Amino acid sequence: MSLRSPLGLAKGLGSAKDGTHHWWVQRVTAVALIPLTMWFAFKVALLSMSDYETVLASLSSPWSAALIISLIVAAFYHAALGMQVIYEDYVSGKAARIIAIMGTNLLLFLLGTAATIAVVRIALGG
Amino acid sequence: MNTSNRPLSPHLDVYKLPLSALLSIVHRGTGAFLSIGTVALVWWLMSLAGGEESYIVAQKFFSSFMGSLILFGWTFALFFHLANGIRHLVWDCGYGFEKTAVDKSSWVVIGTAGFLTFCIWFFAYVFTIGA
Repeated sequence: MSLRSPLGLAKGLGSAKDGTHHWWVQRVTAVALIPLTMWFAFKVALLSMSDYETVLASLSSPWSAALIISLIVAAFYHAALGMQVIYEDYVSGKAARIIAIMGTNLLLFLLGTAATIAVVRIALGG
Repeated sequence: MNTSNRPLSPHLDVYKLPLSALLSIVHRGTGAFLSIGTVALVWWLMSLAGGEESYIVAQKFFSSFMGSLILFGWTFALFFHLANGIRHLVWDCGYGFEKTAVDKSSWVVIGTAGFLTFCIWFFAYVFTIGA
């Protein structure tokens, strides 16, 4: 016999109150990041000694911009989820932990937005 | 009751960290390092969006000794986290938990990370688009 309430069992959210959502999104973004980071890292490496015009032209095609923005969204979401787990493991004070997680989330959101705006501007012609 | 003589487990001073445990903490370390490294990515994209002058400033930093060192560490961290992350996904599917399999896949992760790091720096210096 389970000691959990029928409603709790039906919801399946467990003691963390959000079920496997955090774990699952970490995996979804991880899978997305495999091809995206490989593509972007090697693309940038090949452009490392190119002049400004060439780099701009290479990154400003609609597909490039779409893939870079996808990379940014997945990477910053993945980073926020990962940093949250690190804080939960090592920051024992509740207030400090909440501040660290919230601060990191807000900072990563700002950085992600800034990167997206940069890519949009590059796509629209620098 | 004297409890000071009881054995503790594991004795961290005399405990040889298994390779899989070392890779586990490195995975976390590289993850945190890559999170911080996103600042460099944002700066680079911003400098490109800002025009040729700001792009040259960013390129000058990234091609300096310090900049190259950071980028080298960043590429290795990226490929390590990528390779070990794929191993985590395989584990999530329920495969590769045998001790011998974990040892073998640990070396595959290290080898893959090293190989991809070598490849990207080789490509960066040998193939150039429109220089």
